Parts: sequence; structure tokens; C-alpha cells
Amino acid sequence: MQWFDALVQGILLGGMYAQYALGMALMFGVMRIVNISHGDLVILLSLIGISMATAWGLGPLPVLLILVPLAVLMGWLLQKTVLNRVVGSDPLPSLIATFGLSVALQNLMLQIWSANSRSLPGGGLESRSIEIGGIYIGLLPVIVLAVATGLTAGLALMLKRTRFGRALRAASADVEAASMTGINPRAVYALASAVAVGILGFAAVFQALRSTVAPADGPAQLIYAFEAVIIGGMGSVWGAFIGSMVLGISQAIGFRIDPGFGVLAGHIVFLIVLATRPQGLFGKA
Amino acid sequence: MTAVLSTHGLVARYGDFQALYGVDTELHAGEAVALIGANGAGKSTFLRSIMGLLPIARDMVRLDGEPVGGTATNRMVQKGVAIVPEGRRLFTGMSVEDNLRVAIDQAGRAGAKGGWTLDRLHRLFPILKEKARTPVQSLSGGQQQMVSIGRALLCQPRVLLCDEISLGLAPKVIREIYAALPEIRAAGTAMIVVEQDVGLAQSASDRLYCMLEGRVTLTGKSVEVTREQIGQAYFGAGHAVV
Repeated sequence: MQWFDALVQGILLGGMYAQYALGMALMFGVMRIVNISHGDLVILLSLIGISMATAWGLGPLPVLLILVPLAVLMGWLLQKTVLNRVVGSDPLPSLIATFGLSVALQNLMLQIWSANSRSLPGGGLESRSIEIGGIYIGLLPVIVLAVATGLTAGLALMLKRTRFGRALRAASADVEAASMTGINPRAVYALASAVAVGILGFAAVFQALRSTVAPADGPAQLIYAFEAVIIGGMGSVWGAFIGSMVLGISQAIGFRIDPGFGVLAGHIVFLIVLATRPQGLFGKA
Repeated sequence: MTAVLSTHGLVARYGDFQALYGVDTELHAGEAVALIGANGAGKSTFLRSIMGLLPIARDMVRLDGEPVGGTATNRMVQKGVAIVPEGRRLFTGMSVEDNLRVAIDQAGRAGAKGGWTLDRLHRLFPILKEKARTPVQSLSGGQQQMVSIGRALLCQPRVLLCDEISLGLAPKVIREIYAALPEIRAAGTAMIVVEQDVGLAQSASDRLYCMLEGRVTLTGKSVEVTREQIGQAYFGAGHAVV
């Protein structure tokens, strides 16, 4: 029972990781842009959300409704002003540019919000739970998982079925050939980054509701997102979702073995996958 | 009669290396022009310059008399110039149908009308219908080339540039692919065909240009130019034709 409980908690935790990982699956997995500032963008959005909630007395839903469009705009601007200048077959320029952005964002956040940990008041949502078959499950983690599943399904469908999805996959496969087919790769990439960071708007709200955020928390989120995408396999949106589950379950089981072992257990499973199946669980070799 | 597409003193460089030294060409409506020349003569560079893949001056390329040199590649496609690139350059990981759909999507967005549909393409290359769901990387070279040609046609071009579409294919497959060109021309599409095989180039074109070291060294009606003339133009004046 204790292990079943760990499994359930792990899946719920995986739901949170999936929300970070989806944007990464799109930018890193599909577009091959390494965005080191991924985690910092989550934290920035969280802190903006917390400030809005305290200043205007907003509940989580209004904050979400404001943050997601804001995140979309941030993603679009990020691609337009920074990433479109460095995009290409070489992943290094985008890595360096976003690394610089990451450092700048962390310091900016420290300046504005100080190093204190904060969280978003959920109006009791964060402490409510439901009982299923003898296990008490937090309502918030269930909502997080449901939202993550919905986002994954939506993103996968968008990539597979829509004009924009095909254009993005084409541009990712061969930028020059895509432009020879009438695609404007920069416009497609700007839109894709808008979607990727827009998803982080969801992650930002739920992260701030679930636990606390502080300006220096970004890199840890970045690592989880990277690990989930690589475990799942590059270019596969559902792969990133499953990768997040694997990571969440590993950590939850690790925590049951020893409270200090949880995070490490996740990293170890990641390394095992990397060593035995480097293309990821759902990646094409 | 003004040319659909023309180049005027086209000069192109890769960094310090100059690849084209003032190339003048003309392509008229419905015409097929072959561009022949040895490796490194500048044939692909010529096509890439037209497509806006190399920085060139505005008045070096004209489309319907309008200067379009250096226009972004996707804008050139919207203006009605499509290319079958060297090496096919398909979208790996996507199915045959999705590869073609990308072109249909973009042409639809630009409101281009040229009469090419998936159905019509399937009549031209029936194998593409059969393989619609197959990922392009598992097709044979000839089938891949058909997808690449199909993708360019679905951009609804008035001008089609074909870059070495016979490269690396078996003679039988080459014949099959070249057999499709008359039908493409019948649709009113003008073509520039870059080809290494001189005989093939002559038979598939109305006129030809021969290039050597970034310059046009011979031009004339494909049926009129002789082997000797081509030999001279292809290898340079000092070359003894055996």
C-alpha cells in the first residue's frame, strides 16, 4: 500500500513536471533550441503572478487567465528579439544567449522580489483532498495532472494535424527546405516559442500554488524539464509526458526509501535511461 | 516578349569566394531551359541566388520584369518560383503526405492558384498515393525525388527550378522522372533544369546554357548546338575534344 501510494504521488508529481517539460519538448525536442532560461521564465511568471494576486487580491484562476497570455507574449518576444538571431543548425549560440538571459533574469528577479520564498494563495484549494480507494489525494495535484494531460494532448494534436504543426515540423527537419516550400521559418519559430512559453504560464501558476518559489529556483526546474524530455525521447510530446511520469515516480519512490534520496533517485533513473536507451523511451533512433 | 524570369549580370559569392561572374539568362513563359556544366561551374549557386538563398543585388534577378533579387526565399515561392533542391531535402520524419501537405498549406495561405492538386500529382506519380503514409526516409531515391518534385509543384509555381534531379538515380528511374517533365510543362510552368547529363539536358529542353567557372560559355537552341560546341563550352576553349 505504501508503494502504491508512492506510485500515485509520483504520477501526480509527474503532472507538475510535465507542465515544465512540454514547453521544453517543443523548443528543445522539436525546434532544437536549447533554452537555458526555461526554468527562470517559470519563476519570473510565478513571481509576477504572486505580485498580481497580492496587489489586486486575485484568486488563482484570474491569475492564470492573465499569466498565460503574458507568457505567450514573452515567448514571442524572446524568439523575435533573441532566438531568431541565433537560430540555426548549431545549438551553441542559442545555448549561450539563453544562458546569459538566465543569469540576467535571476539577478533581475532578486532585485525586484528579494531572495524570499513566496507562494500563491490558493484560497484553500491547496489543502483540499479527495479520497479514492483508501488513499487521500490532494485536489490540487489532480488538477495539475489533468491540466498537464490536456495540454499534452492539445500540443500533440496541434503538431500532428494543423497547418502550423506541419510547418513547424518541416522547419525543424530542414529550415532551408522549409523556406523553399513557402514557410517563413522565423514567423513559425516565433509562434512556436509563444506556445512553449505560454504553457509555462500554466506551470508558473501551479508551481506557485503547490509550493514556494524564489528567484534562484529556475535551474532546478530546467533540469527536471531537460530530464523529462530526454527520458521520453526528443521530438515526442507524449514522450515528454511519460518522461515526466518516470521522473516523478522515481522521485516519489526514492523519497519513500529515504527522504534525502528522492531527487537523486530521479537523476539516477535519468542516467540509467541515458546509458541504456540514449534516444529516449519514445525517440526514434 | 518579356521573359518570366531573367538574370542580369548576376554575381554571387560565398564569403571571399566568388562563384558567379555576371550571368545573364532569360526564361520565357512555358519554356524549358537546361543549364549544364561541370561540377563547381556555379549551376546550383545560380539557382540558389535566384531563390534568395545567397545575398545578391535587387536588380540582378527579375520576375515578370520586376526586380526581385535577394527577396526572402519564402517570398520567392509565394511569387511563383519553386525549386526542387539538390539532394531532394525532404522533411525527414514526416510522411509523404505530410511533406506534400506543407506545400499545399503554404500555397493555400498565399492564395496561389496553379491547378496542381494532390489528385493530379498522384496521376503523375501513382506511387506517391500508395506510399502516402510512409515516412519519406524509407522511400527509394527515385520515390524521394518524386516527393521533392511534387512538393515543388504543389507550391503552384509559374517557374520551376530543378537542381540535378537525376543525381544518384538508376537510368530507368531517371527516364521515369524525366517522362513527367512534359506534363509539368503542359501545365504552363516554365522550367530551368540543371543537369550533368548533356544528352538528357538537350532532350528535355528548348534552349540550353552551358556554364564554366561561374560564367555562361554557350547558349543556343538545344537541338542546334553540337557536341563539339558543348565540349568546348563545358571544359574551356583550350580543351581538346577527343
